[in-house]
Amino acid sequence: METAFGITGKGYVLIASDTTAVHSIVKVKTDVDKIKELSPFLLMATSGEPGDTVQFAEYIERNIRLYHIRNNFPLRPPSAASWIRRSLADSLRSRKPYSVNLLLGGYDVSTYKPHLYWMDYLGTLAEVPFAAHGYGSYFTLSLLDKYHDPEATVEEGLATLKRCIDEVSKRLVVSPDRFKVKIVDKDGVREIEV
Amino acid sequence: MARRYDSRTTIFSPEGRLYQIEYAMEAISHAGTVLGVLAKDGIVLAAEKKVTGKLLDLSGAKEGGYGGSGEKIFLLNSNVVAGVAGITADANSLVNYAREAAQRHLYMYNEDIPVEMLAQRLCDLKQGYTQYGGLRPFGVSLLYAGYDPHYNFQLYHSDPSGNYSGWKATCIGANSGTAQSLLKQEYKEEISIEDAISLVLRVMSKTMDSTTLGSEKLEFATLTLDAEQRPKAKIYRPAEIDALLRKHDLAKKDEDAEMKS
Repeated sequence: METAFGITGKGYVLIASDTTAVHSIVKVKTDVDKIKELSPFLLMATSGEPGDTVQFAEYIERNIRLYHIRNNFPLRPPSAASWIRRSLADSLRSRKPYSVNLLLGGYDVSTYKPHLYWMDYLGTLAEVPFAAHGYGSYFTLSLLDKYHDPEATVEEGLATLKRCIDEVSKRLVVSPDRFKVKIVDKDGVREIEV
Repeated sequence: MARRYDSRTTIFSPEGRLYQIEYAMEAISHAGTVLGVLAKDGIVLAAEKKVTGKLLDLSGAKEGGYGGSGEKIFLLNSNVVAGVAGITADANSLVNYAREAAQRHLYMYNEDIPVEMLAQRLCDLKQGYTQYGGLRPFGVSLLYAGYDPHYNFQLYHSDPSGNYSGWKATCIGANSGTAQSLLKQEYKEEISIEDAISLVLRVMSKTMDSTTLGSEKLEFATLTLDAEQRPKAKIYRPAEIDALLRKHDLAKKDEDAEMKS
């Protein structure tokens, strides 16, 4: 079942998401990348209605790319979060709303600070030190309460993330078997093996 | 048929020129001078007011509003101040457009509009009038002094054709050539805001027609950062301009006061 986490640390944000595509009771695919690289310093993990997530994520990705091309600089994480929230909120009030929840992780190269945003399909936006979406959140938020450290190194952050993934694997009825993890820091976005 | 190629803005002359645009630029070279200098910790703008007269009611600029007489220097957004040269009515319309564009950006992105983007928005509008027929171009040049986290302090200039460019120090309006060559001689890299203020006042006093400077002929503004590193625009009130001129020894001597003493 769909699960995504985000953790901030000292100068970085980690985003993890399951990789399963589900149709009815069938697991169709186990290597889906649900974390989009929106810009050199921006990551977005999506969950929700299967078709909507892809469609909405691509719409956001291309518009953020267009902004970058037009202005020679990308949107900063706080502005990107505001714009994505506005897009979701406008969609919610349209004839056919997108039902997409997302986590947005970014590194602001002008203030040298990491940012993590939690957003749901109703257009709720919150900047948070750690976040989770889906059934996994019921098991992991308490873990993150205990183990999250905003000054943690990447190794420590990954260890905390590992705890969360292990807990979900242990307790969730239909647990996802693989997680994809990406990091964004001063060097940009990249994938990390766990 | 001598005026065949300058009656409409959108028709090229056989030499490939757009006369109406060039006339608009000419109009600006008679307008009050506007001068901008980029410093490492801020920007300074100064403007010469042409409309003066004893009967003109300037009480609005003394208190109320955000400073300035609303003739040459305007606050476009909390991070951008602009100096205008040209037809004041056209300038007012552009200032209105710029403020709206800045607020639209704030609504969409929850951040102050980047300075260059604001200049681009206005230039897109100005350029439109050089291409779509039946209308007159804006007879206005602007200097934008602004701050954004992408490129920090920035100074831009835009003209009626819709061209814009970034500067370390520049000048528009009457005598802008003289002022520019003075700035070229005296501008130093990494200049501080205090030195920039004195440079601007010095150049201004040399380029303006009148021999002495005073708040009735001058508008002045600075853009700096406050303690929380947020941009802070200050448009000087008449009393503050006079105080500044006295500090730099450029104020006109009050002869009556000297007689009394």
